Amino acid sequence: MRVMVMVKATAESEAGEMPKEQLLADMLAYNEQLVKAGIMLVGDGLRPSNTGKRIRFQGDKRTVIDGPFAETKELIAGFWVWQVRSMEEAVEWAKRCPNPMEGTSEIEIRPFFEAEDFGAEFTPELRAKEQRLRQEAAALSQ
Amino acid sequence: MSELASEPHRTIEAVWRIESARLIGGLVRIVRDVGLAEDLAQDALIAALEQWPESGVPRNPGAWLMSTARRRAIDHFRHHGMAEQKHEQLGREIDEGQQDSAEALVATMDDEIGDDLLRLLFIACHPVLSVEARVALTLRLLGGLTTTEIARAFLVPEPTIAQRIVRAKRTLAEARVPYEVPRGADRDARIMSVLGVIYLVFNEGYSATAGDDLMRPALCEDALRLGRILAGLAPDEAEVHGLVALMEIQASRSRARIGPDGSPVLLMDQDRARWDRLLIGRGLAALARAEKVGGSLGPYALQAAIAACHARAFRPDDTDWHRIVALYDALAELTPSPVVELNRAVAVSMADGPEAGLEIVDELTAEPALRSYHLLPAVRGDLLFKLGRLAEARGDFERAAFLTQNTRERKLLLDRAAKCA
Repeated sequence: MRVMVMVKATAESEAGEMPKEQLLADMLAYNEQLVKAGIMLVGDGLRPSNTGKRIRFQGDKRTVIDGPFAETKELIAGFWVWQVRSMEEAVEWAKRCPNPMEGTSEIEIRPFFEAEDFGAEFTPELRAKEQRLRQEAAALSQ
Repeated sequence: MSELASEPHRTIEAVWRIESARLIGGLVRIVRDVGLAEDLAQDALIAALEQWPESGVPRNPGAWLMSTARRRAIDHFRHHGMAEQKHEQLGREIDEGQQDSAEALVATMDDEIGDDLLRLLFIACHPVLSVEARVALTLRLLGGLTTTEIARAFLVPEPTIAQRIVRAKRTLAEARVPYEVPRGADRDARIMSVLGVIYLVFNEGYSATAGDDLMRPALCEDALRLGRILAGLAPDEAEVHGLVALMEIQASRSRARIGPDGSPVLLMDQDRARWDRLLIGRGLAALARAEKVGGSLGPYALQAAIAACHARAFRPDDTDWHRIVALYDALAELTPSPVVELNRAVAVSMADGPEAGLEIVDELTAEPALRSYHLLPAVRGDLLFKLGRLAEARGDFERAAFLTQNTRERKLLLDRAAKCA
């Protein structure tokens, strides 16, 4: 299974404080472990939300909102995508992560949807429709 | 450890999956016997199952398992050491080995542990073992899979796998297979054996069909994981990166290669929007690493380079068939085989037209190795169809339908035969 592992933002990370040298070294070592264990597919850190934008959808209307965003604990400061056997394995790996922030911090793990999750609801017709949409998206991204 | 295991047991299962290979690798270094090392590791696992639900998972579960297993090893040798001289000698090694492992425990991922894993992988894939035994032992020792899981994944009764593993360990002990990373002339052949085992596991998972036990497709992930681990342990081996690239790119298509009704979808008919861009990116990066190591590309890297040509094409029409033909030429020179030749024929037909492809295919019809290979008449039928020689095409599609073992494929071929009327 594939999971997204998200490091939640803190007041410090939102303030743009860079991690100390020791934490950077620990994180580097941890990332190396993830790579060597063959589970890390991708991962990166994100700049604070004051560099971000939000697009709000209301019916046909689109509104662009500039960062920073208020709800610090719901923001993401970094992420990985891991390939693991089970949620428990992801939890075990996450527990081995050095505390990614100076103070209290949280890591959230969310499994990816798999085609099977849609079950009977995902009929061949719906699949065909989704396929068409994806095709068009791919054509546009060329 | 069943699927219905309680929460702490599932946690221990996860820890085991993370730690078992390093644990067994470290133990083999000390006791020099794969069977004994695995028994000791199992003892440590049982101790964990007994104690952790009460005491909680220790802060460093890997170190806990290692020190528990090491204590068991010392007990084992004390117990048997009186009786046999051989064990006395091993007992001395364990005292020396203890220091090694204590140091190894300090750093969680130092070179020593890397070497342990690499040595273990080379032992599990040793040519003295049958290919089936290599596969079972690799999944068991390095993949952290249980005998039950391996049996389910390979659609084989559990006692068969259990026996295979027992015999394999005995063979390794009897052959006194040294615990080492092979160097020199031997190394290339040994690496090819390891890569062969990993790719076999991958293909077993890749050939899983809808309705199969989910353990089967999971083999693809196990193989990829082993490949990625190996790439970290042996970064100077171009073919390791080549195999990883090949597996990443093939795995990228897994969502597109089965239609909604469960039937296989041919590469050219696949919805490329469903290809996994993350895995393609990883595959192309691995291929670049294989090329960067230098030297001419080996068979895995060449196959990966061919797969990369498809991966880079957003639409089937964008495919660089001339490059694919050149890569197949190189592959045919390196590993000549009728199957490679048949694939080359398809590429040539796409690059230079069906006539050119048919020329190569017709030379293959006399090939004994392909006599009952359904893809030969399937390809020939397709080329004849494109050339408008419908009556001949029909005969080939029907022959292919007769030869295939796969019912869905048979239907596909009979449909094509019917269209030749």
